[in-house]
Amino acid sequence: MSVDAAELRRRTAELLATHPPASTDRLEFLRARFDAGLAWVHYPEGLGGLGAPRSLQAVVDAELEAAGAPDNDPRRIGIGLGMAAPTILKYGTDEQKQRFLRPLWTGEEVWCQLFSEPGAGSDLAALGTRAVREEGSGDWVVDGQKVWTSSAHLARWAILIARTDPDLPKHAGITYFLCDMTDPGVEVRPLRQITGEAEFNEVFLTGVRIPDDRRLGEVGDGWRVAQTTLNNERVAIGGMRLPREGGMIAPVARTWRERPELRTHDLHQRLLKLWVEAEVSRLTAERLRQQLVAGQPGPEGAGMKLAFARLNQEISGLEVELRGPEGLLYDDWTMRRPELVDFTGRDAGYRYLRSKGNSIEGGTSEVLLNIVAERVLGLPAEPRTDKDVAWKDLAR
Amino acid sequence: MSRTEPDLLYSEEEEALRAAVRDLLTDHCDPAGVIARAESDTPHDRALWKSLAEAMGLAGLLVPEELGGQGASHREVAVVLEELGRSVAPVPYLASAVVATEALLECGDRELLGRLASGRTVGVLAVGLHLAPGDALPAVRLEDGRLHGEVTGVADAAAADVLLVPAQDGGLYAVEADAVTVTPQTSLDLTRPLATVTLTGAEGRRLGDTEPAVRRALRSAAGLLTSEQLGLADWALTETVRYLKERKQFNRPVGGFQALKHRLAQLWLEVVSLRAAARAAADALTTGEDTDLTVAVAQSYAGPVAVHAAEEALQLHGGIGMTWEHPVHLCLKRAKADSIAHGTSGAHRAAVAGLVDLQAP
Repeated sequence: MSVDAAELRRRTAELLATHPPASTDRLEFLRARFDAGLAWVHYPEGLGGLGAPRSLQAVVDAELEAAGAPDNDPRRIGIGLGMAAPTILKYGTDEQKQRFLRPLWTGEEVWCQLFSEPGAGSDLAALGTRAVREEGSGDWVVDGQKVWTSSAHLARWAILIARTDPDLPKHAGITYFLCDMTDPGVEVRPLRQITGEAEFNEVFLTGVRIPDDRRLGEVGDGWRVAQTTLNNERVAIGGMRLPREGGMIAPVARTWRERPELRTHDLHQRLLKLWVEAEVSRLTAERLRQQLVAGQPGPEGAGMKLAFARLNQEISGLEVELRGPEGLLYDDWTMRRPELVDFTGRDAGYRYLRSKGNSIEGGTSEVLLNIVAERVLGLPAEPRTDKDVAWKDLAR
Repeated sequence: MSRTEPDLLYSEEEEALRAAVRDLLTDHCDPAGVIARAESDTPHDRALWKSLAEAMGLAGLLVPEELGGQGASHREVAVVLEELGRSVAPVPYLASAVVATEALLECGDRELLGRLASGRTVGVLAVGLHLAPGDALPAVRLEDGRLHGEVTGVADAAAADVLLVPAQDGGLYAVEADAVTVTPQTSLDLTRPLATVTLTGAEGRRLGDTEPAVRRALRSAAGLLTSEQLGLADWALTETVRYLKERKQFNRPVGGFQALKHRLAQLWLEVVSLRAAARAAADALTTGEDTDLTVAVAQSYAGPVAVHAAEEALQLHGGIGMTWEHPVHLCLKRAKADSIAHGTSGAHRAAVAGLVDLQAP
């Protein structure tokens, strides 16, 4: 019998009774919640879930929030929750699932993602970080450079893809690993970006040793495994649930109402158009969510990130303009390494500059348009000159 | 989020209704027939109307069962309009089964509601098609109980059996079509032709107050028109994708060129977004929750998307898209006309501004 809402309420009440939030240590509470199967109810029993419909998570979350229970600060561990966890769940061994999912969910262990490289951006499968198997020990020794790694300086673990066979075509010679960020061969350097701060890092891997039991999936199957991660990344970036006038439109709407002296007819027309588009985009995301709940996942997910990026950029650009002479100023160029990134945080100038990344990170808008055209509309794929060529012979 | 979100999906019953309407239209509303009819003396397809309205009972979807209707909701009407939009069907469905029916529901006129719901009578509200829900209403003179005046730009008036006419006393009058003169106007959209309605001492029966009846009718029309626009846009996208997979130039399918793929992918995103907006509007009209804003948002979004889809379809079809023979012009003309019908995008954005307190300078 599958677990229903009433049963989840009962179990949540039980958790709250045995671990009263007011008198229970935060971490202890989170661990108990995981062990009660109330962390992510759609996960299997024993791994933080109860095999319940994903939509019922909201039931648990609402009860816990009402009781003042601590949460796992999901914004701080987004890569772990949104990308590493579903991939480990799908491809991990029982030992890997047992070892990694609980501290991942509680936030005791932060995760980062070692995918992009200076020479492998949109063409991620061309990556050149090498993992060579050592005879005898069977360990993998990894050398290479990764880039655009958020949270690398906080992370305990990384999901990593590396080339294990350069003689095969590029998609075939990749393997997926779980990399220990405390290994002495891992060096993390901040990468300063146009906003002035460094939310990302470059990660240099020099002789990093990874035991074979931290390989995820088969040798050479890393590209397929990575698809699970990447699909979840796009959902995570574009699929946030917002209230009406939430997200990037909120600050500009507020400014418009509070500062009538800034209003012009031109800005008014543009603001209204963007307000409507933001609302329609929100409804589109809501429709996608309803389809998922009803068990009819639609292909809209691929498009949500496109809309999200364009709207963030246009809305924040409009806001800088709306501010007129203040739009010529910037709040602070100090180099910092923020723990959390809020696209809608700080001032209009920051939001404008940060949103430029929204059409690049997690798949550029151009690549996403190709994906929609080919996978959703079934239009012919781009001509591939690299498909049957050994990775080592590709132009670079 | 204290508001509950609208139901944006299609129910199984709604999908079954769609399939039935599409089957009928596939068999009885092919593009060549629509094009041929457009310039004939009978621009409306009465046989198709009979099948849809009488045989399938779709004219009475909004009318309660005790008044002879189906007792369905705006959600079902929206699905019908999506399909009629896809086929650019020349039937007075929006005019009679939505606009006139809503006005009569507000007036509570059982006799006429029954006639319209049966599909045997076509009712048309005598106001210009361009009128937005908040616009000032036209009104004809009332002298000694007789109606005098002229209303232009009335959609589907030529198909009307009865006209609902706003008069200067603030009342809405039912006038039988044979008591007025209907003069066709040469219309951009040949499949939803406009006409001038001239009343010279016509006899009318007072149904009730104009203001609430017409406001209700036009709000429903604006909201449900988005579903017709969705149907148009969806047809344009689907048909263009199909054609570009088939059409070869430079020894390749044209649909393989990235410049075109990106345009189609962009259009797809607009169409799925319009689907969410149109479903939201249909649901809001059904539940009565948050209706004014949801309709204004949907209608201000829908116009440009349907026009964009039709314009892209034409351009990406190349020369064949410029021919009278190819149906893309039916879609373009309907989409462009729809962008003005029941309020332009800008008019609905102005309504949004008032509703969410984003005031003009």
